[in-house]
Amino acid sequence: MSEIKQIKNLKDFSTSADRFEGANLLCPGCAHSIIVREVLNATNNDLVLAASTGCLEVCTAVYPYTSWDASWIHIGFENSSTAIAGAETMYKALKTKGRLKQPDRNPKFVAFGGDGASYDIGFQWISGCMERNHDMMYVVLDNEVYANTGGQRSSSTPIGSSATTSPAGSISYGEKQNKKDMMGIMAAHHIPYAAQVAPNKWKDMVKKIQRGFATEGAVFINAVSPCTTEWKFDPKDTMMITDLATDSLVFPLYEVIDGREFNITYRPKNVVPVEEYLAAQGRFKHLFKDEYKYLIKEWQERVDAQWAYLQRREEAKV
Amino acid sequence: MAKKGWDEFEIGAMLRTFNGEIENIAGTRQEDRSYTENSSYTASVADWRLIKPIFNKDYCIDCQFCWIYCPDVSIISRDKKLIGIDMDHCKGCGICVEVCPTNPKSLLMFPEQADEEVEIASWPKKDEKEA
Ligand SMILES: Cc1ncc(C[n+]2csc(CCOP(=O)(O)OP(=O)(O)O)c2C)c(N)n1
Ligand code: SF4
Ligand code: SF4
Ligand code: SF4
Ligand SMILES: [Mg+2]
Repeated sequence: MSEIKQIKNLKDFSTSADRFEGANLLCPGCAHSIIVREVLNATNNDLVLAASTGCLEVCTAVYPYTSWDASWIHIGFENSSTAIAGAETMYKALKTKGRLKQPDRNPKFVAFGGDGASYDIGFQWISGCMERNHDMMYVVLDNEVYANTGGQRSSSTPIGSSATTSPAGSISYGEKQNKKDMMGIMAAHHIPYAAQVAPNKWKDMVKKIQRGFATEGAVFINAVSPCTTEWKFDPKDTMMITDLATDSLVFPLYEVIDGREFNITYRPKNVVPVEEYLAAQGRFKHLFKDEYKYLIKEWQERVDAQWAYLQRREEAKV
Repeated sequence: MAKKGWDEFEIGAMLRTFNGEIENIAGTRQEDRSYTENSSYTASVADWRLIKPIFNKDYCIDCQFCWIYCPDVSIISRDKKLIGIDMDHCKGCGICVEVCPTNPKSLLMFPEQADEEVEIASWPKKDEKEA
Protein backbone atom coordinates (compact mmCIF):
# COMPACT_ATOMS: atom_id res chain seq x y z
CA MET A 1 0.00 0.00 0.00
CA SER A 2 2.85 2.40 0.48
CA GLU A 3 4.56 2.68 -2.89
CA ILE A 4 4.20 6.08 -4.55
CA LYS A 5 1.14 6.26 -6.80
CA GLN A 6 2.08 6.42 -10.48
CA ILE A 7 0.68 9.63 -11.99
CA LYS A 8 2.38 10.35 -15.31
CA ASN A 9 -0.29 12.57 -16.80
CA LEU A 10 -3.74 13.93 -16.21
CA LYS A 11 -5.42 10.91 -17.80
CA ASP A 12 -3.68 8.65 -15.28
CA PHE A 13 -4.66 10.99 -12.48
CA SER A 14 -8.31 10.92 -13.56
CA THR A 15 -8.54 7.22 -12.70
CA SER A 16 -8.35 8.21 -9.01
CA ALA A 17 -11.36 7.33 -6.86
CA ASP A 18 -12.04 10.53 -4.93
CA ARG A 19 -12.24 10.38 -1.15
CA PHE A 20 -13.86 13.80 -0.92
CA GLU A 21 -17.54 14.20 -1.80
CA GLY A 22 -19.75 16.78 -3.42
CA ALA A 23 -22.90 18.28 -1.93
CA ASN A 24 -20.66 19.95 0.63
CA LEU A 25 -21.61 23.57 1.28
CA LEU A 26 -18.52 25.34 -0.09
CA CYS A 27 -19.35 28.18 -2.50
CA PRO A 28 -19.57 27.32 -6.20
CA GLY A 29 -16.05 27.71 -7.60
CA CYS A 30 -14.28 27.49 -4.22
CA ALA A 31 -10.62 26.53 -4.63
CA HIS A 32 -10.40 24.83 -1.21
CA SER A 33 -11.96 21.67 -2.57
CA ILE A 34 -9.80 21.67 -5.73
CA ILE A 35 -6.74 21.72 -3.47
CA VAL A 36 -8.13 19.01 -1.19
CA ARG A 37 -8.89 16.75 -4.15
CA GLU A 38 -5.35 17.12 -5.51
CA VAL A 39 -3.85 16.32 -2.09
CA LEU A 40 -6.05 13.30 -1.39
CA ASN A 41 -5.81 11.87 -4.90
CA ALA A 42 -2.00 12.06 -4.82
CA THR A 43 -1.87 8.86 -2.75
CA ASN A 44 -3.60 5.50 -2.49
CA ASN A 45 -2.55 5.12 1.13
CA ASP A 46 -5.07 5.30 3.94
CA LEU A 47 -5.55 8.82 5.24
CA VAL A 48 -6.06 10.27 8.68
CA LEU A 49 -7.20 13.87 8.26
CA ALA A 50 -7.95 16.85 10.45
CA ALA A 51 -9.34 20.29 9.69
CA SER A 52 -9.32 23.49 11.68
CA THR A 53 -12.46 25.60 11.87
CA GLY A 54 -12.90 27.56 8.68
CA CYS A 55 -14.76 27.26 5.38
CA LEU A 56 -13.42 23.80 4.60
CA GLU A 57 -14.36 22.33 7.95
CA VAL A 58 -17.66 24.14 8.39
CA CYS A 59 -18.87 23.26 4.88
CA THR A 60 -17.87 19.60 4.81
CA ALA A 61 -19.18 18.49 8.19
CA VAL A 62 -22.68 19.86 8.51
CA TYR A 63 -24.57 17.41 10.70
CA PRO A 64 -25.87 14.87 9.71
CA TYR A 65 -23.46 14.91 6.77
CA THR A 66 -19.77 14.42 6.20
CA SER A 67 -18.03 14.87 2.84
CA TRP A 68 -15.00 12.81 3.85
CA ASP A 69 -14.36 9.17 2.97
CA ALA A 70 -11.43 8.86 5.36
CA SER A 71 -10.88 9.19 9.12
CA TRP A 72 -11.37 12.88 9.75
CA ILE A 73 -11.10 14.81 13.00
CA HIS A 74 -12.28 18.27 13.89
CA ILE A 75 -11.70 19.78 17.33
CA GLY A 76 -11.22 23.54 17.20
CA PHE A 77 -9.93 26.49 15.23
CA GLU A 78 -6.33 26.36 16.37
CA ASN A 79 -5.57 22.69 16.66
CA SER A 80 -5.88 20.58 13.51
CA SER A 81 -2.07 20.40 13.70
CA THR A 82 -1.94 19.03 17.24
CA ALA A 83 -4.95 16.76 16.65
CA ILE A 84 -3.15 15.07 13.77
CA ALA A 85 0.16 15.04 15.65
CA GLY A 86 -1.65 13.26 18.51
CA ALA A 87 -3.16 10.71 16.15
CA GLU A 88 0.22 10.11 14.53
CA THR A 89 1.93 9.67 17.90
CA MET A 90 -0.74 7.24 19.05
CA TYR A 91 -0.39 5.29 15.83
CA LYS A 92 3.38 5.01 16.30
CA ALA A 93 2.97 3.91 19.92
CA LEU A 94 0.42 1.23 19.03
CA LYS A 95 2.65 0.02 16.23
CA THR A 96 5.65 -0.23 18.53
CA LYS A 97 3.55 -2.19 21.04
CA GLY A 98 2.37 -4.53 18.29
CA ARG A 99 -1.24 -3.60 18.87
CA LEU A 100 -2.26 -2.65 15.31
CA LYS A 101 -4.53 -5.10 13.48
CA GLN A 102 -2.96 -4.18 10.13
CA PRO A 103 0.48 -2.76 10.92
CA ASP A 104 1.56 -2.44 7.29
CA ARG A 105 -1.08 -0.06 5.97
CA ASN A 106 1.11 3.00 6.48
CA PRO A 107 -1.55 5.73 6.71
CA LYS A 108 -0.68 9.33 5.95
CA PHE A 109 -1.52 12.05 8.47
CA VAL A 110 -2.67 15.38 7.05
CA ALA A 111 -4.04 18.53 8.73
CA PHE A 112 -5.78 21.34 6.84
CA GLY A 113 -6.20 24.88 8.09
CA GLY A 114 -7.07 28.27 6.64
CA ASP A 115 -4.65 31.19 6.77
CA GLY A 116 -6.50 32.55 9.81
CA ALA A 117 -6.12 29.22 11.58
CA SER A 118 -2.49 28.87 10.50
CA TYR A 119 -0.82 32.29 10.21
CA ASP A 120 -2.59 33.62 13.32
CA ILE A 121 -4.65 31.54 15.69
CA GLY A 122 -3.00 28.10 15.41
CA PHE A 123 0.46 29.50 14.81
CA GLN A 124 2.21 28.25 17.95
CA TRP A 125 0.58 24.81 17.69
CA ILE A 126 1.89 24.37 14.15
CA SER A 127 5.30 25.61 15.19
CA GLY A 128 5.35 22.96 17.93
CA CYS A 129 4.36 20.19 15.53
CA MET A 130 7.04 21.21 13.06
CA GLU A 131 9.69 21.55 15.76
CA ARG A 132 8.89 18.09 17.17
CA ASN A 133 9.08 16.85 13.56
CA HIS A 134 5.93 14.73 13.66
CA ASP A 135 5.46 12.49 10.64
CA MET A 136 2.63 14.64 9.27
CA MET A 137 1.72 17.12 6.57
CA TYR A 138 0.19 20.51 7.36
CA VAL A 139 -1.63 22.18 4.46
CA VAL A 140 -2.65 25.85 4.56
CA LEU A 141 -5.60 26.80 2.35
CA ASP A 142 -4.35 30.34 1.88
CA ASN A 143 -7.19 32.63 0.79
CA GLU A 144 -5.61 35.56 2.64
CA VAL A 145 -8.65 36.34 4.75
CA TYR A 146 -10.95 34.93 7.45
CA ALA A 147 -13.47 33.92 4.83
CA ASN A 148 -15.84 31.86 6.91
CA THR A 149 -16.70 34.68 9.29
CA GLY A 150 -17.16 37.34 6.65
CA GLY A 151 -13.76 38.43 5.42
CA GLN A 152 -11.75 39.87 8.32
CA ARG A 153 -8.07 40.53 7.62
CA SER A 154 -5.50 38.00 8.77
CA SER A 155 -1.71 38.26 8.87
CA SER A 156 -1.80 36.69 5.40
CA THR A 157 -3.92 39.51 3.92
CA PRO A 158 -1.72 41.48 1.51
CA ILE A 159 -1.22 45.25 1.46
CA GLY A 160 -4.00 47.19 -0.25
CA SER A 161 -6.58 44.44 -0.02
CA SER A 162 -9.96 45.61 1.23
CA ALA A 163 -11.11 43.35 4.09
CA THR A 164 -14.07 43.90 6.43
CA THR A 165 -11.77 44.91 9.30
CA SER A 166 -9.43 46.90 7.03
CA PRO A 167 -11.89 48.36 4.52
CA ALA A 168 -10.81 50.63 1.71
CA GLY A 169 -12.52 54.01 1.56
CA SER A 170 -11.88 57.72 1.33
CA ILE A 171 -9.22 57.73 4.07
CA SER A 172 -7.75 54.24 3.69
CA TYR A 173 -6.47 51.99 0.93
CA GLY A 174 -7.34 48.92 3.00
CA GLU A 175 -4.88 46.50 4.58
CA LYS A 176 -1.63 48.21 5.66
CA GLN A 177 0.53 45.31 6.82
CA ASN A 178 2.74 43.11 4.71
CA LYS A 179 1.71 39.50 4.25
CA LYS A 180 3.50 37.29 6.77
CA ASP A 181 6.25 35.14 5.22
CA MET A 182 4.89 31.87 6.58
CA MET A 183 6.97 29.73 4.22
CA GLY A 184 10.12 31.41 5.49
CA ILE A 185 9.09 30.94 9.12
CA MET A 186 8.20 27.28 8.65
CA ALA A 187 11.38 26.58 6.68
CA ALA A 188 13.32 28.17 9.54
CA HIS A 189 12.20 25.22 11.70
CA HIS A 190 14.54 23.22 9.43
CA ILE A 191 11.82 20.70 8.73
CA PRO A 192 12.60 18.16 6.02
CA TYR A 193 10.20 19.66 3.47
CA ALA A 194 8.23 22.86 2.89
CA ALA A 195 6.60 23.87 -0.38
CA GLN A 196 4.32 26.49 -1.87
CA VAL A 197 1.78 25.06 -4.30
CA ALA A 198 -1.07 26.20 -6.53
CA PRO A 199 -3.87 23.97 -7.82
CA ASN A 200 -3.62 25.24 -11.44
CA LYS A 201 -0.09 23.79 -11.64
CA TRP A 202 -1.44 20.37 -10.71
CA LYS A 203 1.64 18.41 -11.80
CA ASP A 204 3.99 20.53 -9.72
CA MET A 205 1.55 20.34 -6.84
CA VAL A 206 1.04 16.58 -6.96
CA LYS A 207 4.78 16.01 -7.21
CA LYS A 208 5.33 18.10 -4.09
CA ILE A 209 2.52 16.40 -2.20
CA GLN A 210 3.92 12.99 -3.15
CA ARG A 211 7.35 14.07 -2.00
CA GLY A 212 5.72 15.22 1.22
CA PHE A 213 4.03 11.86 1.71
CA ALA A 214 7.32 10.06 1.07
CA THR A 215 9.12 12.26 3.61
CA GLU A 216 9.53 10.97 7.12
CA GLY A 217 8.94 13.93 9.39
CA ALA A 218 7.09 17.22 9.29
CA VAL A 219 5.97 18.70 5.99
CA PHE A 220 4.52 22.17 5.51
CA ILE A 221 2.51 23.12 2.43
CA ASN A 222 1.16 26.59 1.62
CA ALA A 223 -1.51 26.40 -1.09
CA VAL A 224 -2.94 29.50 -2.75
CA SER A 225 -6.72 29.27 -2.64
CA PRO A 226 -8.55 32.02 -4.57
CA CYS A 227 -11.84 32.80 -2.82
CA THR A 228 -14.58 33.88 -5.19
CA THR A 229 -16.58 35.49 -2.37
CA GLU A 230 -13.87 37.52 -0.60
CA TRP A 231 -11.53 38.20 -3.53
CA LYS A 232 -14.61 39.22 -5.48
CA PHE A 233 -14.48 37.50 -8.84
CA ASP A 234 -16.90 35.36 -10.83
CA PRO A 235 -16.88 31.69 -9.68
CA LYS A 236 -16.08 30.50 -13.21
CA ASP A 237 -12.76 32.39 -13.07
CA THR A 238 -11.12 30.56 -10.15
CA MET A 239 -8.50 28.88 -12.34
CA MET A 240 -7.86 32.05 -14.36
CA ILE A 241 -7.17 33.94 -11.12
CA THR A 242 -4.89 31.14 -9.94
CA ASP A 243 -3.00 31.36 -13.26
CA LEU A 244 -2.56 35.09 -12.72
CA ALA A 245 -1.32 34.45 -9.16
CA THR A 246 1.41 32.04 -10.27
CA ASP A 247 2.31 33.77 -13.54
CA SER A 248 2.65 37.23 -12.00
CA LEU A 249 4.93 35.64 -9.36
CA VAL A 250 2.69 36.98 -6.60
CA PHE A 251 2.61 33.31 -5.56
CA PRO A 252 5.96 31.88 -6.65
CA LEU A 253 6.12 28.09 -6.63
CA TYR A 254 9.12 26.71 -4.79
CA GLU A 255 10.22 24.20 -2.20
CA VAL A 256 12.64 24.29 0.72
CA ILE A 257 14.48 21.15 1.80
CA ASP A 258 15.79 20.94 5.37
CA GLY A 259 15.29 24.68 5.71
CA ARG A 260 18.26 25.41 3.45
CA GLU A 261 18.01 24.13 -0.09
CA PHE A 262 15.63 26.34 -2.08
CA ASN A 263 14.31 25.10 -5.44
CA ILE A 264 12.13 27.24 -7.64
CA THR A 265 9.83 24.75 -9.38
CA TYR A 266 7.98 26.97 -11.83
CA ARG A 267 9.35 29.74 -14.00
CA PRO A 268 6.57 31.33 -16.07
CA LYS A 269 7.48 31.74 -19.75
CA ASN A 270 5.66 35.05 -19.85
CA VAL A 271 5.61 36.84 -16.53
CA VAL A 272 2.34 38.75 -16.17
CA PRO A 273 2.42 42.26 -14.62
CA VAL A 274 1.11 42.26 -11.03
CA GLU A 275 -1.36 44.95 -12.16
CA GLU A 276 -3.27 42.31 -14.15
CA TYR A 277 -3.57 40.08 -11.10
CA LEU A 278 -4.86 42.99 -9.01
CA ALA A 279 -7.25 44.23 -11.70
CA ALA A 280 -9.02 40.86 -11.89
CA GLN A 281 -10.23 41.04 -8.27
CA GLY A 282 -12.76 43.30 -6.59
CA ARG A 283 -10.77 43.39 -3.33
CA PHE A 284 -8.16 45.55 -5.10
CA LYS A 285 -10.54 47.67 -7.18
CA HIS A 286 -9.84 50.90 -5.28
CA LEU A 287 -6.10 50.66 -6.06
CA PHE A 288 -6.92 51.82 -9.57
CA LYS A 289 -8.10 55.22 -8.33
CA ASP A 290 -5.56 57.96 -9.06
CA GLU A 291 -4.68 58.57 -5.41
CA TYR A 292 -3.81 54.90 -4.77
CA LYS A 293 -2.12 53.97 -8.04
CA TYR A 294 1.34 54.32 -6.48
CA LEU A 295 0.52 51.20 -4.50
CA ILE A 296 0.38 49.12 -7.67
CA LYS A 297 3.95 50.16 -8.46
CA GLU A 298 4.99 49.27 -4.92
CA TRP A 299 3.27 45.89 -5.29
CA GLN A 300 5.30 45.15 -8.41
CA GLU A 301 8.51 46.18 -6.65
CA ARG A 302 7.76 43.89 -3.71
CA VAL A 303 7.04 40.94 -6.00
CA ASP A 304 10.24 41.60 -7.99
CA ALA A 305 12.26 41.80 -4.79
CA GLN A 306 10.81 38.55 -3.48
CA TRP A 307 11.56 36.80 -6.77
CA ALA A 308 15.13 38.10 -6.70
CA TYR A 309 15.49 36.86 -3.11
CA LEU A 310 14.24 33.37 -4.00
CA GLN A 311 16.62 33.15 -6.94
CA ARG A 312 19.53 34.21 -4.76
CA ARG A 313 18.60 31.63 -2.15
CA GLU A 314 18.35 28.96 -4.82
CA GLU A 315 21.76 29.79 -6.24
CA ALA A 316 23.44 30.07 -2.87
CA LYS A 317 22.36 26.58 -1.71
CA VAL A 318 22.98 27.56 1.91
CA MET B 1 -32.83 11.64 7.16
CA ALA B 2 -34.69 12.29 10.44
CA LYS B 3 -33.29 15.38 12.16
CA LYS B 4 -32.31 15.09 15.82
CA GLY B 5 -33.44 17.59 18.44
CA TRP B 6 -30.97 19.82 20.24
CA ASP B 7 -30.97 17.54 23.29
CA GLU B 8 -30.55 14.33 21.30
CA PHE B 9 -27.04 14.86 19.92
CA GLU B 10 -24.26 12.68 21.19
CA ILE B 11 -21.39 14.67 22.70
CA GLY B 12 -18.57 14.41 20.22
CA ALA B 13 -20.40 13.08 17.19
CA MET B 14 -18.94 10.37 15.01
CA LEU B 15 -20.39 9.84 11.56
CA ARG B 16 -19.80 6.65 9.61
CA THR B 17 -19.49 7.17 5.89
CA PHE B 18 -19.92 3.56 4.80
CA ASN B 19 -21.99 0.55 5.74
CA GLY B 20 -19.68 -2.22 6.87
CA GLU B 21 -16.00 -2.32 6.02
CA ILE B 22 -14.23 -1.14 2.89
CA GLU B 23 -10.85 -2.77 2.51
CA ASN B 24 -9.42 -0.54 -0.22
CA ILE B 25 -11.25 2.77 -0.42
CA ALA B 26 -8.76 4.41 -2.78
CA GLY B 27 -9.39 1.57 -5.23
CA THR B 28 -13.19 1.59 -4.94
CA ARG B 29 -15.22 3.80 -7.27
CA GLN B 30 -18.18 5.78 -5.96
CA GLU B 31 -20.71 3.48 -7.66
CA ASP B 32 -19.21 0.48 -5.85
CA ARG B 33 -19.27 2.06 -2.40
CA SER B 34 -22.01 1.47 0.13
CA TYR B 35 -22.50 5.00 1.48
CA THR B 36 -24.56 5.61 4.61
CA GLU B 37 -27.09 8.43 4.69
CA ASN B 38 -24.44 10.45 6.57
CA SER B 39 -22.30 10.88 3.46
CA SER B 40 -22.97 14.10 1.58
CA TYR B 41 -22.67 11.92 -1.54
CA THR B 42 -26.28 10.93 -0.82
CA ALA B 43 -27.37 14.59 -0.72
CA SER B 44 -28.02 17.00 -3.59
CA VAL B 45 -27.14 20.63 -4.26
CA ALA B 46 -28.83 20.67 -7.67
CA ASP B 47 -31.21 23.39 -6.47
CA TRP B 48 -28.26 25.80 -6.02
CA ARG B 49 -27.90 26.09 -9.79
CA LEU B 50 -29.31 28.73 -12.11
CA ILE B 51 -27.07 27.63 -14.96
CA LYS B 52 -25.75 24.17 -15.73
CA PRO B 53 -23.04 22.65 -17.90
CA ILE B 54 -23.94 20.46 -20.88
CA PHE B 55 -21.35 18.04 -22.23
CA ASN B 56 -21.00 17.40 -25.97
CA LYS B 57 -18.77 14.38 -26.44
CA ASP B 58 -18.29 15.01 -30.19
CA TYR B 59 -15.48 17.49 -29.59
CA CYS B 60 -14.02 16.12 -26.35
CA ILE B 61 -10.36 15.07 -26.37
CA ASP B 62 -10.50 13.58 -22.86
CA CYS B 63 -7.78 15.90 -21.60
CA GLN B 64 -9.36 15.74 -18.11
CA PHE B 65 -8.82 19.42 -17.29
CA CYS B 66 -12.49 19.62 -16.34
CA TRP B 67 -12.10 16.56 -14.10
CA ILE B 68 -9.21 17.94 -12.09
CA TYR B 69 -10.48 21.50 -11.72
CA CYS B 70 -14.13 20.74 -10.88
CA PRO B 71 -14.39 21.68 -7.20
CA ASP B 72 -17.42 19.48 -6.66
CA VAL B 73 -16.29 16.05 -7.89
CA SER B 74 -18.99 16.33 -10.55
CA ILE B 75 -17.10 15.41 -13.70
CA ILE B 76 -17.43 11.66 -14.01
CA SER B 77 -14.40 10.11 -15.68
CA ARG B 78 -13.94 6.38 -15.99
CA ASP B 79 -11.05 4.60 -17.72
CA LYS B 80 -9.57 7.99 -18.70
CA LYS B 81 -12.74 9.04 -20.52
CA LEU B 82 -15.25 11.70 -19.55
CA ILE B 83 -18.62 9.95 -19.40
CA GLY B 84 -20.92 12.53 -17.87
CA ILE B 85 -21.72 15.15 -15.27
CA ASP B 86 -23.07 14.40 -11.81
CA MET B 87 -26.04 16.76 -11.74
CA ASP B 88 -26.80 16.10 -8.04
CA HIS B 89 -23.44 17.55 -7.02
CA CYS B 90 -22.69 20.14 -9.72
CA LYS B 91 -23.14 23.69 -8.37
CA GLY B 92 -23.00 25.33 -11.80
CA CYS B 93 -19.80 27.30 -11.17
CA GLY B 94 -18.73 27.10 -14.83
CA ILE B 95 -15.05 26.31 -14.17
CA CYS B 96 -15.20 23.18 -16.34
CA VAL B 97 -16.32 25.28 -19.32
CA GLU B 98 -13.55 27.86 -18.78
CA VAL B 99 -10.77 25.24 -18.68
CA CYS B 100 -12.04 23.17 -21.63
CA PRO B 101 -9.47 23.69 -24.42
CA THR B 102 -11.38 22.43 -27.48
CA ASN B 103 -12.79 24.60 -30.24
CA PRO B 104 -15.74 24.65 -30.08
CA LYS B 105 -15.82 23.86 -26.40
CA SER B 106 -17.03 20.42 -25.36
CA LEU B 107 -18.78 21.89 -22.32
CA LEU B 108 -20.97 24.99 -22.29
CA MET B 109 -23.22 26.62 -19.70
CA PHE B 110 -27.00 26.88 -20.30
CA PRO B 111 -29.99 27.95 -18.23
CA GLU B 112 -30.99 25.23 -15.79
CA GLN B 113 -34.17 24.47 -17.73
CA ALA B 114 -32.40 24.02 -21.11
CA ASP B 115 -32.90 20.72 -22.92
CA GLU B 116 -29.72 18.73 -23.46
CA GLU B 117 -30.70 17.18 -26.81
CA VAL B 118 -31.84 20.50 -28.25
CA GLU B 119 -28.67 22.30 -27.18
CA ILE B 120 -26.35 19.59 -28.49
CA ALA B 121 -28.20 19.65 -31.85
CA SER B 122 -27.54 23.39 -32.15
CA TRP B 123 -24.01 23.39 -30.68
CA PRO B 124 -21.85 26.34 -31.83
CA LYS B 125 -19.46 25.69 -34.71
CA LYS B 126 -15.71 26.08 -34.59
CA ASP B 127 -14.65 29.64 -33.82
CA GLU B 128 -12.29 30.55 -36.71
CA LYS B 129 -10.92 33.65 -35.00
CA GLU B 130 -9.71 31.55 -32.07
CA ALA B 131 -8.26 28.74 -34.19
C1 LIG C 1 -10.96 30.17 18.75
C2 LIG C 1 -11.93 30.62 17.71
N1 LIG C 1 -11.97 31.92 17.32
C3 LIG C 1 -12.82 32.33 16.36
C4 LIG C 1 -13.65 31.44 15.75
C5 LIG C 1 -14.62 31.94 14.67
N2 LIG C 1 -14.21 31.51 13.33
C6 LIG C 1 -14.71 30.41 12.74
S1 LIG C 1 -14.19 30.18 11.18
C7 LIG C 1 -13.28 31.61 11.24
C8 LIG C 1 -12.51 32.08 10.05
C9 LIG C 1 -11.54 31.10 9.49
O1 LIG C 1 -10.62 31.73 8.66
P1 LIG C 1 -9.46 30.91 7.98
O2 LIG C 1 -8.74 30.09 8.98
O3 LIG C 1 -8.65 31.81 7.15
O4 LIG C 1 -10.24 29.86 7.03
P2 LIG C 1 -11.17 30.22 5.77
O5 LIG C 1 -12.58 30.25 6.29
O6 LIG C 1 -10.74 31.51 5.22
O7 LIG C 1 -10.95 29.08 4.85
C10 LIG C 1 -13.41 32.23 12.50
C11 LIG C 1 -12.78 33.51 12.88
C12 LIG C 1 -13.61 30.09 16.17
N3 LIG C 1 -14.39 29.15 15.60
N4 LIG C 1 -12.76 29.70 17.15
S1 SF4 D 1 -16.11 32.08 1.20
FE1 SF4 D 1 -14.34 31.64 -0.11
S2 SF4 D 1 -13.17 30.02 0.92
FE2 SF4 D 1 -15.23 30.11 1.84
S3 SF4 D 1 -16.43 28.57 0.73
FE3 SF4 D 1 -16.76 30.54 -0.29
S4 SF4 D 1 -15.20 30.64 -1.92
FE4 SF4 D 1 -14.59 29.02 -0.49
S1 SF4 E 1 -20.14 23.68 -13.42
FE1 SF4 E 1 -18.64 23.62 -11.74
S2 SF4 E 1 -19.47 22.06 -10.35
FE2 SF4 E 1 -20.54 21.78 -12.30
S3 SF4 E 1 -19.32 20.22 -13.36
FE3 SF4 E 1 -18.57 22.23 -14.04
S4 SF4 E 1 -16.82 22.64 -12.68
FE4 SF4 E 1 -18.05 21.01 -11.73
S1 SF4 F 1 -11.94 19.78 -20.60
FE1 SF4 F 1 -13.16 19.59 -22.46
S2 SF4 F 1 -11.93 18.33 -23.85
FE2 SF4 F 1 -11.04 18.10 -21.80
S3 SF4 F 1 -12.06 16.24 -20.98
FE3 SF4 F 1 -13.27 18.02 -20.31
S4 SF4 F 1 -14.87 18.25 -21.87
FE4 SF4 F 1 -13.26 16.92 -22.73
MG1 LIG G 1 -8.74 32.12 5.08
